[in-house]
Amino acid sequence: MGHDATTGSAPRADITAALKDALWTAVIVTAILGPFLGLLTIQSMESQLALISRWPLFLAFAAIIVGGRFLLTVFVWSRPPKAKKAPFQLSPKVERTAAPFFVGLLFAFPMIILGTLGAGGSIKWIDNFGIQILIYIMLGWGLNVVVGLAGLLDLGYVAFYAVGAYSYALLAKTFGLSFWMLLPIAGMLAALWGIILGFPVLRLRGDYLAIVTLAFGEIIRLILINWVSFSGGYAGISGIPRPTLFGIPFNASDSGFAATFGLEFSPIHRTMFLYYVILALALITAGVTMRLRRLPIGRAWEALREDEIACRSLGINTTNTKLTAFAIGAMFGGFAGSFFSARQGFISPESFTFMESANILAIVVLGGMGSLWGVVIAAVALVGGFELMREMDFLKLVFGNDFDPTQYRTLLFGLAMVVIMLWKPRGLISTREPTAFLKERKSVSGSLVKEGHG
Amino acid sequence: MEVFLQQLINGITLGSIYGLIAIGYTMVFGIIGMVNFAHGDVFMVSSFIAVITFLVLVTWLGVGSIAVVLLICLIVAMVLTSVWNWTIERVAYRPLRGSFRLAPLISAIGMSIFLSNFVQVTQGPRNKPVPPMLKDVITLVHSDTYPVTISYKQIMIWVVTAVLLAGFWYLVQKTPLGRAQRACEQDRKMASLLGIDVDRTISLTFVMGAALAAVAGVMYMVYYGVVSFSDGFTPGVKAFTAAVLGGIGSLPGAVIGGLLIGLIEVFWSAYFTIDYKDVAAFSILVVVLIFMPQGILGKPEVEKV
Repeated sequence: MGHDATTGSAPRADITAALKDALWTAVIVTAILGPFLGLLTIQSMESQLALISRWPLFLAFAAIIVGGRFLLTVFVWSRPPKAKKAPFQLSPKVERTAAPFFVGLLFAFPMIILGTLGAGGSIKWIDNFGIQILIYIMLGWGLNVVVGLAGLLDLGYVAFYAVGAYSYALLAKTFGLSFWMLLPIAGMLAALWGIILGFPVLRLRGDYLAIVTLAFGEIIRLILINWVSFSGGYAGISGIPRPTLFGIPFNASDSGFAATFGLEFSPIHRTMFLYYVILALALITAGVTMRLRRLPIGRAWEALREDEIACRSLGINTTNTKLTAFAIGAMFGGFAGSFFSARQGFISPESFTFMESANILAIVVLGGMGSLWGVVIAAVALVGGFELMREMDFLKLVFGNDFDPTQYRTLLFGLAMVVIMLWKPRGLISTREPTAFLKERKSVSGSLVKEGHG
Repeated sequence: MEVFLQQLINGITLGSIYGLIAIGYTMVFGIIGMVNFAHGDVFMVSSFIAVITFLVLVTWLGVGSIAVVLLICLIVAMVLTSVWNWTIERVAYRPLRGSFRLAPLISAIGMSIFLSNFVQVTQGPRNKPVPPMLKDVITLVHSDTYPVTISYKQIMIWVVTAVLLAGFWYLVQKTPLGRAQRACEQDRKMASLLGIDVDRTISLTFVMGAALAAVAGVMYMVYYGVVSFSDGFTPGVKAFTAAVLGGIGSLPGAVIGGLLIGLIEVFWSAYFTIDYKDVAAFSILVVVLIFMPQGILGKPEVEKV
């Protein structure tokens, strides 16, 4: 698949080279897609495997790939490469002026949806898009403290999310405590776990740290699955109390929210309430992160990310610096977890798989490490796009009635991760606004900043 | 004693499979310093290729001899999986070489998600059982309560693994290709100055890793008789554990680590509880990395300013 073949001299030779290239592509496509698209293994009546062939499907795909590559080689890749554009930079000024608008939009979002779609139609949009995306934005911002600021690659962040979720579920069900009381407790428990898990791995660096945190995440999930008397195992915990507005529950009873305020009962009230709760939590996360960056501890995190040895020789206590990053990141994960279990009313280990950790990390890295805006953009694009696939019923008109777009969601999600990385390895927003500067605030291009070996 | 012997046999079998996958991790890490997260899923893809080849041979072509079927399965799986991994490296990792360290890792995680879902979408989410083969057993210790047996398929796994590892060892130690590979591992820039095509060597490293993963995939299909699209993740992480335990970058280390992980998992299931066998494997990973990050045969990492 060498592109160099097409940068040659005469256009005639290019066609020959392109044909040769297309031929090779055809061979490779046949080798990798042939068995999977051309043949289908099905279970027969006697539950034995049988094969059926579907060569037209394979040939269609192969024709698209080979033909597309041929056309690209001849018409696009043969042109002289354009000069590289400067990386997209969000100037600090834009960031500062856009922020209030964005926050205002977030506050108005449920109202706008409610106004346009009515109470019945809007619940799905506020819940699936608004709340779901905000949970991921919050998790992304929480993980951003660990990965983006302190440069510690954490592949097991979902463990803290799980700790928060199970703390709320178990404490609320056992002791009947309210959501507002348990929210800080869940956060503290998650932070404690952050320290417990963070302590032994402090000496590790880079990829090793990533794998150990992954292992920790899996250990916690496996314990939740196997310790049935504690966590309910695979079945999970159901009937988790829902959050109340200072003691006023969102139900149809006489003391419920609707009756108290003289409104007609509608499930939309709870959805709206939950939306504003997670919005507030997410904004707190962002605010705390922005403040922390300006504090000595935040500066120490960023210094640690850039160079650990220099950091140590300047007298920064790397142990404490790393542990606080772990603990604070975990605490936000715990908050998000307890909100998650209060919103769902049901949790099981299925919600805390490695896939979740990968999603959150993908949001942080694809958005651009250390950038709060990047996390927002990546979360909207990935989670929103993921949810949007559910709505694409019109695709049935194109591909026939058997076509189920939700089947392809994860497939496209994985592909999107690869493609965005190839397109922008530094993430969508790859600039960093320095917190300490001489005379003038300049944004720093991501390519000048080294990621930590934390 | 009988239980111990039996579990020893089972553990070595499982460990051979892990060891074969672990080599792919350790070689790629050695040469480009990247955890190839998608390697477990490449293993899963190879086991599906093996199942499909098996079905083509048995149900369509009616090949009767089990030895011929398995040999062809092995060759087809090795070749096609190599093409898969070569393409993956070309498409998803090579453009990111020289980029910052997290980029290839994220790309590999994306590739891993893509591969398992690609197989799920194209071949369906259900488990794929293949008819049992090589069922006969040899009884080693005759006992009324607990006879110790070794099955033909276990013997086959041992023999195939040993033969291929020997061939692989020869390839890496004695051929120009292996020399180039080891040179790139030590110093990529120097190797390229001395006329080694580094890109080609890295591609070949991925091809070799995939071929050995394909051997593991075929063995997995024969041993367990069922494959599923989600089978990549856990064996993948365990094989990575094996690579780390043996000392990442060290080829004999990967095999030793694989055998140890296999034995630990089997003995844990036999003597303690089967529920926590994965927890045991992951805990070993954590403990090893914390107390012995260089592994059994690895070189200690020197921190340079």
